[in-house]
Amino acid sequence: MMSNTPKLQLHIPTPPGRPGDEPTFDHLEIPPAGTVRRPDMSAPEADLRDLPYGLIRVLDDAGRAVGPWNPNLSADRLRAGLRAMLLTRTFDERLFRLHRQGKTSFYMKSEGEEAIGACQSMVLGRDDMAFPTYRMVSWLMARDYPLVDLVNQIFSNAQDPLKGRQLPILYSARQYGFYSLSGNVGSRFGAAVGWAMASAFKGDDKIAIGYIGEGTTAEGDFHEALTFASVYRAPVILCVTNNQWAISSFSGIAGAETTTFAAKALAYGLPGLRVDGNDFLAIWAATEWAAERARSNRGATLIELFTYRAGGHSTSDDPSKYRPAGEAAKWPLGDPVERLKQHLVALGEWDETRHQALQAELTEAVRAAVKEGEAVGCLGKSKPSVREMFEGVFKEPDWRLIEQRRELGI
Amino acid sequence: MPTMNMIQALNSALDVMLTEDPDTLIFGEDVGYFGGVFRVTEGLQRKHGLTRCFDAPISEGGIVATAIGMGAYGLRPIVEIQFADYILPAYDQLVSEAARLRYRSNGEFFAPITVRAPYGGGIFGGQTHSQSPEAIFAHITGLKTVIPSNPYDAKGLLIAAIEDDDPVIFLEPKRIYNGPFDGRYDQLLKVWAGEPGAEVPEGRYTVPLGKAALVRKGADVTVIAYGTMVHVAQAGIAESGVDAELIDLRSIVPLDIETIVASVRKTGRCVILHEASRFGGFGGELSALIQERCFYHLKSPIERVAGWDTPYPHAFEWDYFPGPKRLAAALIRTLEA
Ligand SMILES: Cc1ncc(C[n+]2csc(CCOP(=O)(O)OP(=O)(O)O)c2C)c(N)n1
Repeated sequence: MMSNTPKLQLHIPTPPGRPGDEPTFDHLEIPPAGTVRRPDMSAPEADLRDLPYGLIRVLDDAGRAVGPWNPNLSADRLRAGLRAMLLTRTFDERLFRLHRQGKTSFYMKSEGEEAIGACQSMVLGRDDMAFPTYRMVSWLMARDYPLVDLVNQIFSNAQDPLKGRQLPILYSARQYGFYSLSGNVGSRFGAAVGWAMASAFKGDDKIAIGYIGEGTTAEGDFHEALTFASVYRAPVILCVTNNQWAISSFSGIAGAETTTFAAKALAYGLPGLRVDGNDFLAIWAATEWAAERARSNRGATLIELFTYRAGGHSTSDDPSKYRPAGEAAKWPLGDPVERLKQHLVALGEWDETRHQALQAELTEAVRAAVKEGEAVGCLGKSKPSVREMFEGVFKEPDWRLIEQRRELGI
Repeated sequence: MPTMNMIQALNSALDVMLTEDPDTLIFGEDVGYFGGVFRVTEGLQRKHGLTRCFDAPISEGGIVATAIGMGAYGLRPIVEIQFADYILPAYDQLVSEAARLRYRSNGEFFAPITVRAPYGGGIFGGQTHSQSPEAIFAHITGLKTVIPSNPYDAKGLLIAAIEDDDPVIFLEPKRIYNGPFDGRYDQLLKVWAGEPGAEVPEGRYTVPLGKAALVRKGADVTVIAYGTMVHVAQAGIAESGVDAELIDLRSIVPLDIETIVASVRKTGRCVILHEASRFGGFGGELSALIQERCFYHLKSPIERVAGWDTPYPHAFEWDYFPGPKRLAAALIRTLEA
């Protein structure tokens, strides 16, 4: 049976470090800020094929905005972005602690990724629709969604806007351009394309933006969405939030050993932008570029937002069990909040005193919202009427639901 | 004999199989270095090597498709779907490929794969970490579906599933991974140590697929359950004071029809208990089979106690979960009927 051909070997990717190892990002090539060219958004896809392998960055190490992608934002906009990001972080920290105290069943933070939702929420219009992942609460923060409604949802209490039917943080907020979340990853990516196609079908001017984690690009949903977006030239922005970890699996398990996530666009004939996801200005510029493209009937863009999941996956895991300690601190693209703050300070538009005052204000706002939610009740202490369990299955409950509700005596 | 919880028993089964059969391998989301989100594969990569237990991309369809190809080649892949709720992207692979490969190729190819998935509620996991999808597999001929209710059975059934030449869906009731749970959520948490079924041999043994366990003998009514509900049934029977016989199916396909029929012919009454929602649930099939085979022995209508026909709602965990009170009420009803 044996021949002279070499024995085949099964390749299993392994990350550069695990607990006990020195964290390193030496394997990554991070080009300096300002070096990626900015083609006109009307350029044909064939002229854009270098972009998926670059990294669009605007903020340099000194916090200056450099290069062709600088969106030249007003200081007010920058401060609004900083506020939304800082609010997200403050809220996350507080609610994560409340989970530890047993006040709810589950929580997920977006630590290190706050720039993405905050920025894109500001770039897109009120009539556009986001199809978010669970790490996108900063989208809502940038639109002043009431904090107490988030808290009530997280507590599944009597005031929960989703009537206790959904796991904490899987919000839905149509008025805020925020499509209903679900626990299964990836399965809304195609709906973003469908939403955008519907807008085109109706001759409207709305666009959609869809999100998927880098780990979830392995699902068929990702590839199906890209196919439809490409075929029908859908006015949609499709984003991969590459935070490099999918629970305990490094991005090599999703294919990052040999290519970039932005480069997945190439075979679908779509433009792919690879962007520093911790750089508020770079995200702004790239999103604006893709949005203009979509609004001018030039179709979809895939954007990879390169970032780092600074915290654990959720309240259910301990990242020190699978990542080298101190990896977050070594991440070369830093912290998005700190970088935007540094930029504002460098512009002379911000200082430590104002920052402390903002932090104090946001801490107080979160504290007040939590207090209000706790007054209604945390998980197990208050819940919507049990009737709500049977509502919303269909528009009108059928006989089964009516009989079952009666069986419970309600 | 060592005491194990269900996680340790499953881990031991996998360890035994990786040791004894070089053609076995494990993959799935987070199962490699980390050992799985419920730690069932903990330590297996370290002990058996990278290619025997490794992480898979987040693609349930891909995981099952790949396992089928490996199985057809001659390996015995054991894959983990992180939650049974997430098995749906793999449903086409299971239904159209795994279940039919042997039939359509006249046995040239077959898929001796085992697909493990934690399932069921009672953990405040909300809509997508609580479901019980066994009926959608039972409906597909060519698939076997196994559900253990204690550590001893878990290990023996898993080894039997891995050694089986047909595709097996192995659903693990996650609520009883660490200890039995009888639905009385306001009581202290139990651990497996000291409970029946917690003594687990270290080495290889099997519990055959398709053999139900008679958990409790009784004269007046037969209760049929599987998974977590076996424990709920015990509490419900105790609460009702009814002299009920309790059958733990252990596998729903193959189904131990003889044990069921013998019991119902004896008792003349039957209550079926499952967590999955009621309409189109596996209880419907059981009820039809019993009616077909025991009609003249039945003294009252067969009852089904099940989850409501709604998605699994987060805030209403215990309103949804079919607990011992609902079973007790059904038992009393059947006796009075
Ligand atoms: C369909 C499906 N499969 C598996 C899971 C379990 N799961 C939840 S989050 C997650 C990791 C997702 O990683 P990624 O897409 O990179 O997003 P991130 O959490 O890093 O933001 C997995 C596997 C799920 N929720 N849905």
